[in-house]
Amino acid sequence: MRLWLDALRLAITQLARNASRTALTSLGVLIGVAAVIAMVGLGQGATAAIEQDLSSLGVNLLFVEAGVRRGPRASLPAEPLDLADADAIGRQVRHVEAVAPVVAAEAQAAFGGRTWDTGLQGTTAAWLGVLGRELAAGRVFTDAEDRGGAPVCVLGPTVVEEVLGTADPLGAELRLGALTCTVIGVLTPEGENTFGMDQDDLVLLPIRAVQRRVVGSTAVSQILVSADDPEHMSAVARDVDALMRQRRHVTSDSAVDFSVRDTRELAEMLGSITTVLTTFLAAVAGVSLLVGGIGIMNIMLVSVTERTREIGIRLAVGALPSDVRLQFLVEAAVLAVFGGVLGVIVGIGGTAIGATVLEVPVVVDPRIVLLSVGFSAMVGVVFGWWPASRAARMEPMEALRHL
Amino acid sequence: MSDEPLLRLRGVARHYGHGDSLVRALDGIDLDVPRGAFLSFMGPSGSGKSTALNTLGCLDVPTAGSYRFRGVEVTTLGPKERALLRRHWMGFVFQGFNLLPRSTALENVELPLGYRGLPVRERRERALQALEDVGLGGRSHHRPDELSGGQQQRVAIARALVVAPDLLLADEPTGNLDTATSLEVMELLTRLHADRGITVVMVTHEDDMAAFGQRIVRFRDGRIEADEAVAGAGGAA
Repeated sequence: MRLWLDALRLAITQLARNASRTALTSLGVLIGVAAVIAMVGLGQGATAAIEQDLSSLGVNLLFVEAGVRRGPRASLPAEPLDLADADAIGRQVRHVEAVAPVVAAEAQAAFGGRTWDTGLQGTTAAWLGVLGRELAAGRVFTDAEDRGGAPVCVLGPTVVEEVLGTADPLGAELRLGALTCTVIGVLTPEGENTFGMDQDDLVLLPIRAVQRRVVGSTAVSQILVSADDPEHMSAVARDVDALMRQRRHVTSDSAVDFSVRDTRELAEMLGSITTVLTTFLAAVAGVSLLVGGIGIMNIMLVSVTERTREIGIRLAVGALPSDVRLQFLVEAAVLAVFGGVLGVIVGIGGTAIGATVLEVPVVVDPRIVLLSVGFSAMVGVVFGWWPASRAARMEPMEALRHL
Repeated sequence: MSDEPLLRLRGVARHYGHGDSLVRALDGIDLDVPRGAFLSFMGPSGSGKSTALNTLGCLDVPTAGSYRFRGVEVTTLGPKERALLRRHWMGFVFQGFNLLPRSTALENVELPLGYRGLPVRERRERALQALEDVGLGGRSHHRPDELSGGQQQRVAIARALVVAPDLLLADEPTGNLDTATSLEVMELLTRLHADRGITVVMVTHEDDMAAFGQRIVRFRDGRIEADEAVAGAGGAA
């Protein structure tokens, strides 16, 4: 124990003497550790933000989509869903509160010489209730308008601002590509979602209006289903799945060409994407920690050579080769841990700044902090071993003759 | 051990290189040094006197022959065991002082005590006492570059003696000093030898300095040419 304390005191004295060299050498480890902590912290923050967003969508929401899912991205084409599917779910599945078929399209909105590229959502009045959105003004489509595909629309606040400006939106005649529609309502603002997408930049239309006049098909891209109670979610999901198998004549599990997912599954899917990204970025950051370690080895080799005479003196007055090795090993480890601890501080600061910029919660995992400091100590010992062994192997007389 | 001298060398050789470039630094020397002796090694440069001293201090290993220290055969020991012998029984004084330049006199003297695992307080007390003994009590917090050559060598002597060694090895301890300072250092060594009964082996090329000892061993071409008592020295072996 005393041996270690002596070595530690000696290392600190020695490193303090070469302050600028110490600072530059530990900078490598500092950057490595800070990068790992910031990357992992921001990744975890992003995951937490996604989970928050999705849980705000509601826990009793299902998404039905056509296509065979293979992993998070791949999807094979399949027979699209249609309005009859949505009707069937609404009529035949118990505990369903509301069903909103959706067909999405892009269009340019134009009014009085101003234009704005936006997204059209062809849907029904149920869309508002299913997603928990509200109207700031006006009304939503009536059943008659829904069924008839009337040219009426409800605008997101962004579209109002960009196209209508200060004009009174209600009753305005808005051009959406080839379609002219009357504005009957305006949504309350919702802001951006986790991915920075503006949830207020959209135009709601009766679904048949979009199908007939914009996309020119009867396909439905997604059916949103809400349950009357979160407890009934799994039953509803099971029944929707069974109904869709029946309607699409699916006979085996391998032939399933649609998906029924809830927000939790969606969260897991997105979470797995951010985890892969986080791991990748952390690995890149880890490489810089490795480079920092090589920097330590380099400077320790220089130090051992410079201090050859000192090593000779120490061996002559009673140091064992193992004492000399310990001295240099501890010095390398202190150098690395010094960089590691500063790296933790910088990394947490970086996480806080990055999280503010990206608007995600600040997450600092204490395990990652401990791991980083521990890993940097290991880097010091591993990369200090060779220089320290070189010091320990010196012959005392040769070392003393060294100038 | 009672009838065996502190140091016994038999046929000790130290050869460097090989073939045409073979250097016979030591070429078969026999030497007995009894406990409490004060020997001076003399001879021209390259005669092997320094190699002999380094061999005694286990800083160098013979290529042939037998060297027994306190009855222990040293030639077969590894670096660790040799370091332990130095740690426990030997002190060194060098021509170039070999102090750690950025440590104070006190820290330099404490150095060997640290390797012996003494508590910090005891190190400090013993090191201060050792500096007092060599007449540098007031200089303990000076760094080597703030001390004169003679003072630096006295710090080195304090560092060698602080562990109370059996054997003090001095390699031209006055080689870098002027005559007056040399005499002071030699008087200090003689006094410590007399007071503490430490065995001293010193390399020098100055007859005046060698005369402080009891015996002079003369080297030439790696061999011992003569081994004579100093005239007038008391208690010669």
